[in-house]
Amino acid sequence: MSALEIRGLEVSYERRGREPVRAVVDASLSVGRGEIVGLVGESGCGKSTLARAAVGLIRPTGGTIVFEGRELPALDRGARSRAAARLQMVFQNPYASLNPRRRIGRQIADALAILGLADREERPRRARDLLERVGLPATAASRFPHEFSGGQRQRIAIARALAADPSVLVLDEPLSSLDASAQAQIANLLVDLSHGLGLGLLLISHDLGIVHQVADRVCVMYLGEIVEQGPTDEVWARPLHPYTEALIHAIPHPDGRRFMPEALPGEVPDPARPPSGCRFHPRCPVAFDRCTHEHPALEPVVDHRAAACWLAAERALMRTPGTAPRAVEG
Amino acid sequence: MTLLAVDELRVRVATDDRTLQIVDGVSYEVGEGRIFGIAGESGSGKTVSVLALMGLLPRGASVTGSARFEGDDLVAMPAAQLRQVCGREIGLVFQDPLTSFHPMLSVGRQLTEHLRHHYGASRGDARGRALALLEEVRIPDPANAFDRYPHEFSGGMRQRIAIAGALMCEPRLLIADEPTTALDVTVQAGILRLIDRLRRDRALSVILITHDLGVMSALADDLAIFYGGRIVENGPATELLAAPRHPYTRALLEALPHPESGRGEPLRGIPGAPAQPGSLPSGCVFHPRCAYAVDSCRTEVPPLRRLGDRALACPVDPFAP
Repeated sequence: MSALEIRGLEVSYERRGREPVRAVVDASLSVGRGEIVGLVGESGCGKSTLARAAVGLIRPTGGTIVFEGRELPALDRGARSRAAARLQMVFQNPYASLNPRRRIGRQIADALAILGLADREERPRRARDLLERVGLPATAASRFPHEFSGGQRQRIAIARALAADPSVLVLDEPLSSLDASAQAQIANLLVDLSHGLGLGLLLISHDLGIVHQVADRVCVMYLGEIVEQGPTDEVWARPLHPYTEALIHAIPHPDGRRFMPEALPGEVPDPARPPSGCRFHPRCPVAFDRCTHEHPALEPVVDHRAAACWLAAERALMRTPGTAPRAVEG
Repeated sequence: MTLLAVDELRVRVATDDRTLQIVDGVSYEVGEGRIFGIAGESGSGKTVSVLALMGLLPRGASVTGSARFEGDDLVAMPAAQLRQVCGREIGLVFQDPLTSFHPMLSVGRQLTEHLRHHYGASRGDARGRALALLEEVRIPDPANAFDRYPHEFSGGMRQRIAIAGALMCEPRLLIADEPTTALDVTVQAGILRLIDRLRRDRALSVILITHDLGVMSALADDLAIFYGGRIVENGPATELLAAPRHPYTRALLEALPHPESGRGEPLRGIPGAPAQPGSLPSGCVFHPRCAYAVDSCRTEVPPLRRLGDRALACPVDPFAP
């Protein structure tokens, strides 16, 4: 059974006198214990909105969120339900999410105190244990956030989330404000925590490269919708949705072979006025008539894989593994 | 032919209680029509080293060394002359075009004021040139775009407009500081292709500053790796990225996910945190994080030695072919 299960999630933002913006449209995904699920997409695709709705920071306009077998009630007068404490969130910028004037150990102990997870005398020791669990020295407890590098601060933010003894962590772009060397360290820490503690991770990122390296499964979002999901290796080797393929071909290769990434034509449409039919059709290199007026739902295509594309079944049969870079003039 | 030759460039910044060495003896050459890449992590001095050439550092920064641009030393030049040279000969593009544009002025006004100021061009001439450039950077309907405001464009389109602006005075050199870092990958790819095309069509020299070695691999002809305010390795980009010789360059490349590598292989992070100005280690600035450091690395600053096409600041040279 999945630890976190999101079914048919909808988030709309009401706007006075105008059409509401459907930021997340009928999104379903699940995260099992010990599993890392990557949620990738470009800015404005709704991935952060989905993440926030998943942990109850935004009230969804439709769908259900089932956590540890129970439906998660919507945010109630600003307070998250007690049951939701085991569903924790880590944000992009640890400098903004940590209190700059409070010692690290205290901030972690606060989390323990609020949840009544340890006796007063026991909290400092628990805080030190948690810091060591994320690869920091126990002495970090008596220091302040500004004394640490970006990567170390992200470790602290993760340690604080772990204080709640979570079963699932939702991480919103936890790596994108870090330098490459720190990024690799934190990515490895996440894999280690997931496997070592049996934690489910929902990793939101715009960086398909890093998600490919760490995630067991991946969901790809475009303009509010999940357009493809499946095991990371297979999605990477044989994308079923043309948007996934475009994302993969756009990633530069740092190997000195002068690979010129491919651009996607056009612009992301205004989410308040999405295109008819398939939301991707105006930019899709393989779109045909049907795509302009019929909306493809996310449907299972082959084992463990789903895609929202009229051509997905055909693509699954036709395509051979491997995404050899193609050279195209710009 | 060399367009710009930077020699022993140093930048010090005095703060209230101490002096920080931000750039510490950097030398490189930018060839005509070539893309010179400057790569490094945050705090490595890559942006400061370039802003210093153009006199764009805040007061309190002291710049020494020389930077010969078409024979004239930019560092020694009086401020007024430097403004003239930079305004006419060097175009600048920054990471976030939304902050480099004035939000209340139309795109057309911002594109043309530069040309009108530096060359006294008439309104009509400047407009004609702006429209041609907007076309060249592939802005749909240039005449319409000319009268619109920066916020009306997407990030990718704004960066294209910023590039058009940088080219208004027909510069010899374009400096692009993290030009695609704020953009999504599919949009980034378009900007990379644009820079590559402009460079070929116009025989433009480019200094490309980015932390993204994938971007470097796509565009750079020559590449310098910055760490702690110094160049640790320098050479032809394809060779340097395919066979890095400095332990830092190698570690940086190994820390990156590679599109063709297998999933589940752990990434190799570099232990410790990047050296920051104000707390630079003695000797080789990378030695505390280096797996190959020997005793002399702790005490002696390794000079950048030329080894064929490559230049390397590492006496150990553990990856010599």
